[in-house]
Amino acid sequence: MIKRQSFWLSGSALFGFIFLYAPIISLIIYSFNESKLVTVWSGWSIKWYVSLFQNEQIINAALLSFKVAAISATLAVILGTMAGFVLSRMGRFRGKTLLSGWVTAPLVMPDVITGLSLLLLFVAMESMFGWPAGRGEGTIIIAHTTFCLAYVAVVVQSRLASLDETLEEAAMDLGAKPSTLFFLITLPLIAPALISGWLLSFTLSLDDLVIASFVSGPGNSTLPMVIFSKVRLGVTPEINALATLMILVVAVAVVAAIVIMRKQNKYTS
Amino acid sequence: MSNLTSSTENRTMLVRWLQSIKNINWGRALVILVPTLWLGVFFFIPFLVVFKISLAETAIAIPPYSSLLEWNPDEAYATFKITLGNYLFLFESRFYLDAYLSSIRIASISTFFALLLGFPIAYMIARSSANMRNILLALVILPFWTSFLLRVYAWMGFLKKNGVINEFLMGMGIIDEPLVMLQTDFAVYIGIVYTYLPFMILPLYTTLEKMDLTLLEAAEDLGAKPYQSFFLVTLPLAMPGIIAGCLLVFIPAVGEFVIPALLGGSDTLMIGRVLWDEFFLNRDWPMASAVAILMLIVLVGPIMFMRSRNKQEEA
Repeated sequence: MIKRQSFWLSGSALFGFIFLYAPIISLIIYSFNESKLVTVWSGWSIKWYVSLFQNEQIINAALLSFKVAAISATLAVILGTMAGFVLSRMGRFRGKTLLSGWVTAPLVMPDVITGLSLLLLFVAMESMFGWPAGRGEGTIIIAHTTFCLAYVAVVVQSRLASLDETLEEAAMDLGAKPSTLFFLITLPLIAPALISGWLLSFTLSLDDLVIASFVSGPGNSTLPMVIFSKVRLGVTPEINALATLMILVVAVAVVAAIVIMRKQNKYTS
Repeated sequence: MSNLTSSTENRTMLVRWLQSIKNINWGRALVILVPTLWLGVFFFIPFLVVFKISLAETAIAIPPYSSLLEWNPDEAYATFKITLGNYLFLFESRFYLDAYLSSIRIASISTFFALLLGFPIAYMIARSSANMRNILLALVILPFWTSFLLRVYAWMGFLKKNGVINEFLMGMGIIDEPLVMLQTDFAVYIGIVYTYLPFMILPLYTTLEKMDLTLLEAAEDLGAKPYQSFFLVTLPLAMPGIIAGCLLVFIPAVGEFVIPALLGGSDTLMIGRVLWDEFFLNRDWPMASAVAILMLIVLVGPIMFMRSRNKQEEA
């Protein structure tokens, strides 16, 4: 049964994987190309990496992006864990449907709408309350926290759903207060979800172009905004080098995260 | 005697219960309120603001739109001014309507191809051994973690006139002149399929993995040919995954901005791009808001459909 299908099946699956990886691999290879003409191969070279690290605009944008991503991911994990916990462990309460709608909608909301609506909110708030005064780092952090929160909530929710509730019940029977219960039992159990939620938020924030373009102010360009303005004019070897670095960093981080989570799962279950 | 102990037991339980209620309530309320308030203020209210501004007129001011309520201090009355002009203009001008239709068309075609490519991959992963399965799943998810912008950019280098594909095909002697692929709708389809493929594969994989394989054996025993058992057994059973995957690709694809901006031509009309230009180039905030509200209305159907399906699965 399985063998008969396997020829066309593995053929098209193989095509799918080539489709997924070929562009990335060619980008990595061409980042080491010596020629300025991106597709004319003229020998190996790391000169684009050198010129990348001398580009102050890119370095500053990268620093801003990392800072925003770290803060937003942390805030999103705190708020998203609360939301996920509330939705899966707190029974019924008024407004639950509303909250679960607000948690899932940002996942599929087109970025242009999220960006525009948050910008208009910030402008309206500024003229009403004088806060936030101007736009920049702070407003990007709020915007990123909001959409990352939704991802964390979903990850936490599914982890909680797969957890054995008897452990929590046992702790309750033994007299643990809700707060003790949460910090001593639930939190360690959902820790893998929190780690992957944080990493997911971090990469999503680091990657966002559209929302940041709407809500940032003058002089606060994140890395994707700088990349986009350069890339619009065409393919450049410097951006190839930058892309290679970012892809490698993320790949290493993801593989490390998978290994860590596997080890943890071995001990907990 | 036993009655007495059980009644004291009952009473201590009651006291403990009351105490715990007392303890829970504040903490509970706080835990519920904080994320709800955050999302209310930064997710829900912004839509009301967008709706409000879509009813205003553009003005040369900071911020660049007219206010709906104007207080006239001399005469001591307020005028309430809303305009539907932005919406009327949306429907009068072919441009916006075309942009909506072409977004839906591009998103549908891309969703179809994502399904066509994603299904065999999901099927293969679901049918491989447990170890292989984890590796293949990681391979599907890994590109999703790397920068979306840079992955779209990678395709620019792939598709352009002297790009990798053209060089390869010309080197093989298959074509004499480079194909024009970048800045066409074709490139946009590829970009969307490429970016959203994991969203298609993962729900498909989840339903296919749960499938009872004995059903296929039963179909075979009853004389079904492989293609028959595929269309009569596998496909109907995979339907929930197919629908979920298609929605997860279609909804964000409709509002996509980066892909048409980088891979599409100047004639590739998509509504996300129109909104962006309206805001950043024309600086017409009310018009951009009206475009956003109409895009929301177009997407509310699919989003509600997805939510109701999720609820059914939970129940």
